[in-house]
Amino acid sequence: MTATPPTALTVRDLRKSFGDLPVLKGISLDAREGDVISILGASGSGKSTFLRCINLLETPDSGEITVAGETIAMRRRRDGHMEPSDRKQVDRIRSELGMVFQNFNLWSHMTILENLIEGPIHVLKRSRAEAIAEAEVLLEKVGIADKRHHYPALLSGGQQQRAAIARALAMRPKVMLFDEPTSALDPELVGEVLRVMRALAEEGRTMLVVTHEMGFARNVSNKVMFLHQGLVEAEGSPGEVFDELKSDRFRQFISGFKK
Amino acid sequence: MDFPFLIDTLGKLMAALPTTLGLFSLSVTIGGLLAIGIVWMRVSGHFVLERFARAYVFVFRGSPLLIQMFLVYYGLGQFPAVRHSLFWPLLREPFACAVISLALCTAGYTAEIFRGGLLAVPAREVEAARATGMSGFLLLRRIIAPIALRQALPSYSTEIVLMVKSTALASLVTVWEVTGVAQRIISQTYRTMEVFLCAAAIYLVLNFIIVRLIGLWEHRLSRHRRGMPVSSLSKPLQAGGNLGDAS
Repeated sequence: MTATPPTALTVRDLRKSFGDLPVLKGISLDAREGDVISILGASGSGKSTFLRCINLLETPDSGEITVAGETIAMRRRRDGHMEPSDRKQVDRIRSELGMVFQNFNLWSHMTILENLIEGPIHVLKRSRAEAIAEAEVLLEKVGIADKRHHYPALLSGGQQQRAAIARALAMRPKVMLFDEPTSALDPELVGEVLRVMRALAEEGRTMLVVTHEMGFARNVSNKVMFLHQGLVEAEGSPGEVFDELKSDRFRQFISGFKK
Repeated sequence: MDFPFLIDTLGKLMAALPTTLGLFSLSVTIGGLLAIGIVWMRVSGHFVLERFARAYVFVFRGSPLLIQMFLVYYGLGQFPAVRHSLFWPLLREPFACAVISLALCTAGYTAEIFRGGLLAVPAREVEAARATGMSGFLLLRRIIAPIALRQALPSYSTEIVLMVKSTALASLVTVWEVTGVAQRIISQTYRTMEVFLCAAAIYLVLNFIIVRLIGLWEHRLSRHRRGMPVSSLSKPLQAGGNLGDAS
C-alpha cells in the first residue's frame, strides 16, 4: 500500500435550515486527493444543498469547510446566521472548486470556447493565448472540439453538459463538484456524460458527485454517502454500502431503482 | 409642385438637423447614464434608494414631457436661488434646458427597460459565474450586463426612436431644431403642408437610419440565438473525442 493521499476537502458538521425546515443536520465528509465520492439520497434528503454549501452557493448555518488546507472563514451575524467574513477568499475557493450543474448553466451569450476561457482569463488572470490553448485541449478531451465556435443553445444537452464539465476543468480545480449532472438529460444522452466523468475519475481527479446513477456510484466511485433527511444514513466503499445493505432505508431506496 | 421652394425649405430644415441630432444624442447619452444609476438604486435592496427610484420613474413617466420641459425652462428661472446659482448659465439656455428635461424623462423609461432586461438574466447563469469565482463588478461587466443588454435592446430601440421624435418638443422652449425652424418658415410663408411634410420626411429618414443601426447592433448581439454557423455545416459531426470514448 502507498501512503494515504493528502486531504483535498474536509467538511465538519455542516448544518443548514431553510426557514424552520432543517435540511442538513450535521454532515461531515473527508475527501482525499483522487477520491470519487457519490452522494446518494432521495429527493429532499439534502444532497444538493450539501454540495451547494461547499462552495457557498448556499450559506451554511454552521459547520466548517476546508479546501486544500484552507478553511473558509465564517463569522456570525447579529441575527445568529453565519456569513463568510472574506468575500475575496470565497471567490478564490470557488475558483478552486469546479462546479457542474444539473442544467449546465453555460453562459448563453458566449460561444463554447468563450465559456471555457472566461474564468481562466478574468478570474485567474491567465493570458488569452494560454487559456485558448488549454481550452482546445479540454474540448478535444470531452469530444466537442468541433463545437468550439457554437453557442450553447445549438448543442444537445449531452454536449452542453460536456462543455460545462470542460468549463469547470479549465479552472484547474482542486475538487470537482457535480450536482446531478445527468438528471436533466434525455436517457440516450446520459451515457456520453458518464463516460467523460468516468475518464476524469480514472485520471485521479477528486470528485464529489450528487447523482441518481447507481451504476456510476457503484462502479466508478470509491466512496458512497447516502443521505436521509439531512443526515448521513450510510457511508463507506461501494461494496460496503451496496452489498452489505446495513441500512434499511438504503435498501428501500435502491429497491426503487431496480424495478 | 413648387420644387424650388421645397428644395429651399429642405435646405433650411437640414441646417437645423445638427441641433436636433445634438438634442437627441446628448439626451440619450445622459438619460442612459442616469437610467443606470436609477436601476442600480431600484435593485439595490436599500429601502430609501429603492423608494427614490420608484418615485422618480413614477413622476417622469407619469407626467407629460412638455410640462417637464416648461417647468425646467420657464419654471426654474422664477427662483432667485436658481438664477444666482452656479447652474444658471446652463439653465437659462433653451438648448441645455431641453437636453436636461429630455434626459430626465427618458431616464425614467430607460430605467424600467434596463430593469426588465436585468430581471430576464437567468439566475442559473449568474450562479455559474459565482461558482467560477466571479463577483461584484466583474460579474456585472462580464455576465449580467451583456445578457441584460441583449434582453433589453428591442424595447430600448423603441425608446430611442421615440426620443428622436421627442426632440421636436424643444421647439416650444425656443430651440431652433428641425420642427422649430419649420414653424418659423410657415409663419413667414403660410405653406403649412409643404414645410411640415419636408420636416416629417427628415425625421423619417433619420429614424430609418437609426433603426437600421440599432438593427445591426442587435444582429451582432444575437448571434447566440441564430442557427448554426455555415462553416460548421460543412464539417462532418464527430462522435465523442478521446474522453468520450474512454470507457
